[in-house]
Amino acid sequence: MGEAIVITSGKGGVGKTTTTANLGTALALQEKKVCLVDTDIGLRNLDVVMGLENRIIYDLVDVVEERCKTHQALVKDKRFNDLLYLLPAAQTTDKSAVTPEQMKKLVDELKQDYDYILIDCPAGIEQGYKNAVAGADRAIVVTTPEKSSVRDADRVIGLLEKEEGMAPPKLVVNRIRNHMVKEGDMLDVDEVAAHLSIELIGIVADDDEVIKSSHNGEPVAHNPNNRASIAYRNIARRILGESVPLQPLEQEKDTFFTKLKRFIGMS
Amino acid sequence: MKQSQNVVIKGTKDGLTLQLSDKCSYSELIEELTEKLDAVTKDGENALITVTVQTGNRYLTEEEKEELRQLIRQRRHLVVEDIRSNVLTIDEAIQWKEENEIVSYTGRIRSGQVLEVPGDLLLIGDVNPGGAVMAGGSIFIMGALKGMAHAGCYGNDNAVIAAGKMMPSQLRISSHLTRSPDRYDEEDITESECAFINEAQQLVIDRLQVLKYLRPDLSTFKGGF
Repeated sequence: MGEAIVITSGKGGVGKTTTTANLGTALALQEKKVCLVDTDIGLRNLDVVMGLENRIIYDLVDVVEERCKTHQALVKDKRFNDLLYLLPAAQTTDKSAVTPEQMKKLVDELKQDYDYILIDCPAGIEQGYKNAVAGADRAIVVTTPEKSSVRDADRVIGLLEKEEGMAPPKLVVNRIRNHMVKEGDMLDVDEVAAHLSIELIGIVADDDEVIKSSHNGEPVAHNPNNRASIAYRNIARRILGESVPLQPLEQEKDTFFTKLKRFIGMS
Repeated sequence: MKQSQNVVIKGTKDGLTLQLSDKCSYSELIEELTEKLDAVTKDGENALITVTVQTGNRYLTEEEKEELRQLIRQRRHLVVEDIRSNVLTIDEAIQWKEENEIVSYTGRIRSGQVLEVPGDLLLIGDVNPGGAVMAGGSIFIMGALKGMAHAGCYGNDNAVIAAGKMMPSQLRISSHLTRSPDRYDEEDITESECAFINEAQQLVIDRLQVLKYLRPDLSTFKGGF
């Protein structure tokens, strides 16, 4: 019996879909059987980020309305050997095509066959959010270190805490720009975590490679050397119950002085 | 001839007191009251006299109270000041209790959440920006107030708001309202503060210690030390 995790944020554009794609990839790299579910009906794009767009035949609404069997709608990620699947959202209808009860039934069915079901939640707190949260056992809230997105995350955490049978949500702070935090133009991670007062499960630096990988349909988590990729892989390990310390964000550039210091053995 | 008087009119220096018996029926009472009022009402008298009605152990509904008021007010120079009764319904008693008790709540009021209590509120936790707490009485917050707080929300000017860390987006007491400065400096917020309405009817924030003198009623502690 698997576990369903909803990835949500309230605000749009903070990186829910990217986080879903990368956590799914990172969990599959850990040999877990993972199914990604895109609940952003009408505005789907998890399939694009995963590079699976042109293999879609059936979608979530087809499954719910029983036009096909669940396994027929699942798109397999060829980069893995039978570990990672995607249930794409429908593009031609809207959020009202599905009810929370139907979603719960669907997720419960998927939980029989997969270790982890990652549910990509749409922005907002309306029908789409309610659908996404309905079947989930726990939640990951994604926020960026900006006031507006922290405010929305706060709202969503409040709603998630009211859900029955849901474990306390965990926090991912995404797209941190270290130089801006240093200059005080952006909230720092500790401030965000203290404000929201839920467990921090990961911090991800803002990295051009993430955008590039989404553009190419190949999640950055495949790249073993990128700092964002390592951050996502660490989150996946924390989801699996390992205790991994949060890696420092500093990617110190080698200046003449640091080189010199190292040379003479001062640091 | 009636055996006993159901309506007794007494004159005091503050006006008239009408003592209504609680042993007779309501219709009897109204009848006798009308009679008595007619007897004491003199034409040409213009000075206003205030009347306090005491109904003893009789419970009067709002309609009945209004009927009494009407009856007395018809005599031009009489003004009903108060109708006092020894009895309360259970609903009124519960309402009275709720309005006079301190309700405590532990937890964080997040954006979009509203916590409302009829009496005083003791919040052991924070109010985040976008969150709101409302109370019929005063509000005491042990943590940081970063959202909105509305004390005395049914119109009590004596209500206060106290917080461990006072950095609200907005404060309201009764019908008064104040907005925070656009920017807080961390150094500004060092100690617990309270908000209240001062003599000039302005909503102001001051040190917690001033409450002792401004709102002595907040102390319910009885006894000496």
